[in-house]
Amino acid sequence: MDHGEKRLMDKNQETLFVRLIPFFERYGILLLILIMIAVLHLLQPDVFLSWRNVTNIFKQVSWQSMLALGVFMVIVTAGIDLSVGSIIMLSLMGLAISSKAGMPWYVVMLVAPAIGFMCGMFNGIGITLLRMPHPFIMTLGTLYIFRGIGNLISGGVPITGFAEQIRVIGNGKIKLDVFFGEGAREYIPTSLILMIVIFFIFWVFLNHTRIGKWIYAIGGNPGAARAAGINVDRILIVVYTLCGFLAGIGGLILAGRTNSAYPNAGLQSELDAIAAVIIGGASFFGGRGTVLGVFAGVMIMGILRNGLNLMNVSVFWQQVLIGSIIILAVYIDVLRRQLATRT
Amino acid sequence: MSQDTVLEAKAVSKYFGTITALDNVNLQLSKGEVLGVVGDNGAGKSTLMKVLSGLYKPSEGSLFFDKEKVVLNSPRDSQNLGLEMVYQDLALAGNLPIGDNIFLGREPTKKIGPFNFLDHKKRKQLTEEHLSKLKINVKSADQKVEELSGGQRQAVAIARATAFNAKIVLMDEPTAALAVKEVGKVLDLILNLKKLGVSVIVISHRMDDIFSVCDRVMALFQGTNFAESELKNTSRDEVIGWIMGKKD
Repeated sequence: MDHGEKRLMDKNQETLFVRLIPFFERYGILLLILIMIAVLHLLQPDVFLSWRNVTNIFKQVSWQSMLALGVFMVIVTAGIDLSVGSIIMLSLMGLAISSKAGMPWYVVMLVAPAIGFMCGMFNGIGITLLRMPHPFIMTLGTLYIFRGIGNLISGGVPITGFAEQIRVIGNGKIKLDVFFGEGAREYIPTSLILMIVIFFIFWVFLNHTRIGKWIYAIGGNPGAARAAGINVDRILIVVYTLCGFLAGIGGLILAGRTNSAYPNAGLQSELDAIAAVIIGGASFFGGRGTVLGVFAGVMIMGILRNGLNLMNVSVFWQQVLIGSIIILAVYIDVLRRQLATRT
Repeated sequence: MSQDTVLEAKAVSKYFGTITALDNVNLQLSKGEVLGVVGDNGAGKSTLMKVLSGLYKPSEGSLFFDKEKVVLNSPRDSQNLGLEMVYQDLALAGNLPIGDNIFLGREPTKKIGPFNFLDHKKRKQLTEEHLSKLKINVKSADQKVEELSGGQRQAVAIARATAFNAKIVLMDEPTAALAVKEVGKVLDLILNLKKLGVSVIVISHRMDDIFSVCDRVMALFQGTNFAESELKNTSRDEVIGWIMGKKD
């Protein structure tokens, strides 16, 4: 078979470096996390890898990861959602108000995801039906609208104190007495389990269902998706709705973690979410990126913030560093693409 | 009319407001035949293809698939009757592998519990079978379309159009965007389709294309049937004359 021969020849002509590219493409980011962990462990040997600190990182990233996962799907369609930070605040406020109104805890728990769902659907319908030139504009509008509504319904003041059942999601602990003996301090945060479960569900959704495949197709070439008979508008509404829904779950986690709904909740967290997605290797032009990459992007942001805090680096320097990493991550991607097309 | 006519347009006219894009046009296509449609820009070639694929409704006249009169409301209707269009802009998603593109919108699935999941194994197997049937050579069915050459992309677009037992394939300028050395491969592919019993309509400006694959050529001029001939009874110069509206 000349087909097989040709393949063999191509293989031999590829240099070792080029052959390593797909490996780095897939696992490079995990390698980066391992390096970060190693460095921080050397710098802070007693604290960084302690059970307490590690669970702390996970508790912090768990609500942020919900935003990042939602924004990731939106970015895969070559869109953007700037409103997730405001959705998390509005759903948190809705939760707080329904809790204050004395609704039973199982209703209160549903309020945050439900509000997120509706906000996301509002975005999706606006983007498709109002024929906005770009999702940036619709979600920039709702960034103001949702936070405004949140402040209107709460009067602009924090609302604190939620039922224990509600707080379990964000603050619950799964004791590990079985492994560490009676009364041990070690535990796994409920929010970590929730995060893993949700990431797994969305990994299956994006990689093993038709709608997931269509989301990537729309990001690659919306014209091709339309020609294939895919209802692009409907899929976009699904994507923005899921993004809002995930932000609502993020609100529920945050409620448990802070035991408070406050006007500045989630402020600028949409930018953190976008940063995590980009660091995780997704393309801003759509069609490219993985759920595992998003997880890694979120972890890099979380570990970096945590490590810098442990070393008493000022918040201002943290901003400079995170900004630099975003630019560096994308630049590496640009270089990689150049190499890949040259071969 | 020939015995095995698969597609026929009778007295089709298409008006856009006061503009007449097609005026009383007839077209007939037999099983396994490759028909070349030529004409200058604005002669009505693309409008005719869009009428045949169901994208436009004819203002007057009617269409017959397998000698039965049909009314097409959308390209879906023509697809269901076995007609597929290969678009000039290729309509492929570069970020997806070949197999995903071929089956986009019609992915094979398997049921697990109440849910339908993509059947990756089946898609891969069907893709490889289909590519080898059409004698399309690529490194792997999992290769992303953006890594392919223009000719390979055209081949994937044609593979996509024929993956579901299409009986008729319409191609709009299939070689227009290709490097010279790739044109031949696409033309071979068209001849392969013919061998498999598929009828093909090729719109092309390139006389080389027309004269290497077509059985018959038909010229449109200002929205009307201008001339038509078996390929063996005509010459390049004559066909070029038709395009410019000259007839001896």
